Amino acid sequence: MTTLPIDHPIDELSDDPRERAPLVLNHHDFSSVTAEILRANEAKRPPTAWYIAFVISFLLMSLLGVLIGYLVLTGVGVWGNNSPAMWGFPIVNFVFWVGIGHAGTLISAILFLFRQKWRTSINRFAEAMTIFAVICAGMFPGIHVGRIWLAYWLFPIPNQMDMWPQFRSPLLWDVFAVGTYFTVSLLFWYVGMIPDLATLRDRATNKVQAIAYGIFAVGWRGSMRHWHRYERAYLLLAALATPLVLSVHSVVSFDFAVAQLPGWHTTIFPPYFVAGAIFSGFAMVLTLAIPARELWGLKNFITMRHIENMCKIVLLTGSMVGYAYGMEFFIAWYSGEVYESFAFINRALGQYAWAYWIMVSCNVICPQLFWFKAIRRNIWVIFIIVLFVNLGMWFERFVIAVTSLTNDFLPSSWGWFEPTWVDVGTFVGSFGLFMTLFLLFIRFLPILAISEIKGVMPEADPHAHGHTDGEAHE
Amino acid sequence: MSVIAPEAITDPDVSTETTSGTGLWGLAAQFDSPAAIFEAAKKVRAAGYEWFDCLVPFPVHGLDKAMGVKHTILPVLVFFAGLTGLCLAIFLQVFTNSVEINIWALVPVVGYEFEVSGKPLISTPAFVPVAFELTVLFSSLAAVFLMLLLNKLPCLYHPVLKSPKMKRITDDRFVLVIEAKDPKFTRSTTEQFLQSLDPERIVELED
Repeated sequence: MTTLPIDHPIDELSDDPRERAPLVLNHHDFSSVTAEILRANEAKRPPTAWYIAFVISFLLMSLLGVLIGYLVLTGVGVWGNNSPAMWGFPIVNFVFWVGIGHAGTLISAILFLFRQKWRTSINRFAEAMTIFAVICAGMFPGIHVGRIWLAYWLFPIPNQMDMWPQFRSPLLWDVFAVGTYFTVSLLFWYVGMIPDLATLRDRATNKVQAIAYGIFAVGWRGSMRHWHRYERAYLLLAALATPLVLSVHSVVSFDFAVAQLPGWHTTIFPPYFVAGAIFSGFAMVLTLAIPARELWGLKNFITMRHIENMCKIVLLTGSMVGYAYGMEFFIAWYSGEVYESFAFINRALGQYAWAYWIMVSCNVICPQLFWFKAIRRNIWVIFIIVLFVNLGMWFERFVIAVTSLTNDFLPSSWGWFEPTWVDVGTFVGSFGLFMTLFLLFIRFLPILAISEIKGVMPEADPHAHGHTDGEAHE
Repeated sequence: MSVIAPEAITDPDVSTETTSGTGLWGLAAQFDSPAAIFEAAKKVRAAGYEWFDCLVPFPVHGLDKAMGVKHTILPVLVFFAGLTGLCLAIFLQVFTNSVEINIWALVPVVGYEFEVSGKPLISTPAFVPVAFELTVLFSSLAAVFLMLLLNKLPCLYHPVLKSPKMKRITDDRFVLVIEAKDPKFTRSTTEQFLQSLDPERIVELED
């Protein structure tokens, strides 16, 4: 039979290393797992909270559309960007969203290669989050060019002017890095979803569902001969995406590091940006997972153990970011470089000191609370902390971009950056786009990787009868 | 007035029901656990069947080996796709930024020496990021689309998908199918053989 007796109940939060925490609670057969995960998709109506969230997100997304229209018709003068602060909100928002987009591929690729089975409950919606965040990110440089009908100049397309992009510029590397990252994340997400789309197809109750899910399931029938190649392709994708995820934010950091401004021109930028990206990405995964598991009733799959593990990653990467902040200051002093030293003292004490201290308190101090077990297990406190982390990571990019631009070498060229209402509206609107896509995803697509979750249950091991169920756990 | 005999009424859950159709495609034996299909697959392979398959809701560990599935060539193909991406990226950058030649690629295309801030024409370090990204891009696209191609997907029609009794394959049932085109396949002996594997039920699949 598909059920196995478990000798004694194991506490999901047990710290005893001899006991591996179960990844799925209260389920001992595959069918009930399918039914419980797909309950949200198969319900006639989603919960009222979903409708409320959707209406708000949709209105914000409409605001984004209107403001982009206004921008295109009027010009980038509607933003606060000026000389010397040529890079204002658009680049800050771009880096913020790309950073968030890093957790998904980290969970799906790096944790997969490390055989971290607890990833199965969170990888699907983390990947979805990645894709939606990269969509938001890609939008900002696109509209930042001002004359968006010339955005094709970003790509090496033969044209009547015999004009090519300049391949020695980090901005062009960015086009390739973000473009590749989006494509690979989308492939990863979709390939992982094919078996689950087939499940939705086979359980469809009406023709429209059956055809829609059927098309995207590409005729998947669960053949083991297919699974063999499928698993191989998935492993290859993970192996390819692992260096990719580390390269993308490195390339984003080159946008700054290859320039010669004090505060930007440092070798610490690539690793520091990658750590920050993973930090902000996990904070966003938690921000979305906590309400989603409540609303969708997924507590048997996204257990407190999963939440706790993610808190530990936030703590680790938060500490790395804190270390990087400290090391930047140390190197600025140690180099004896006047401009570099000034740039950092100016960050902490200058005209944008308030932004700097928001950044430090949210990114360095807040996550340190996760050292305490009681805090890692208190859902409300976690939620508040990760909201602060999201805020802090936005301010990090603001501090980096704006302080260096407005106070560079010559005091005569110093300036001041202030966002306009269009800047703020566009940023808030990008959250509308992100949340609208995410809400549609959790309503219509399998929110958890069903076939992968079944695969890590103790019952899935064909030799389970003779052994203890150790292997099938985290 | 003819009376329908009670045994003629087919119950979807009664095993070994016969359905009149266009032709027999294969016989499917349904199991309820990974361990059961694992044992069954080993026996089917040992009995010398070649055209058989296991349809499972998730990859059962080691089942491909038990079935004797050969290692896929996919990684080799992906390697060459990556190599293509790498070469293309190097060509693209050198052609557009470093050398003065014209080529014909559907339209006449002009390359030129693009000098920027005194940097070398072939700036190797600066060309690395794009070369890396295109390698990854080509490999990933190849991994996914060649996987689908080798699996003969998308597949718009299949006898397994046609049968309403096979809907639980993607949920919690494990099905072993022996196709009628297998040289060892005969309707009665294969069915007897499948019965000996102690399945939940046996279903005929029509083409």
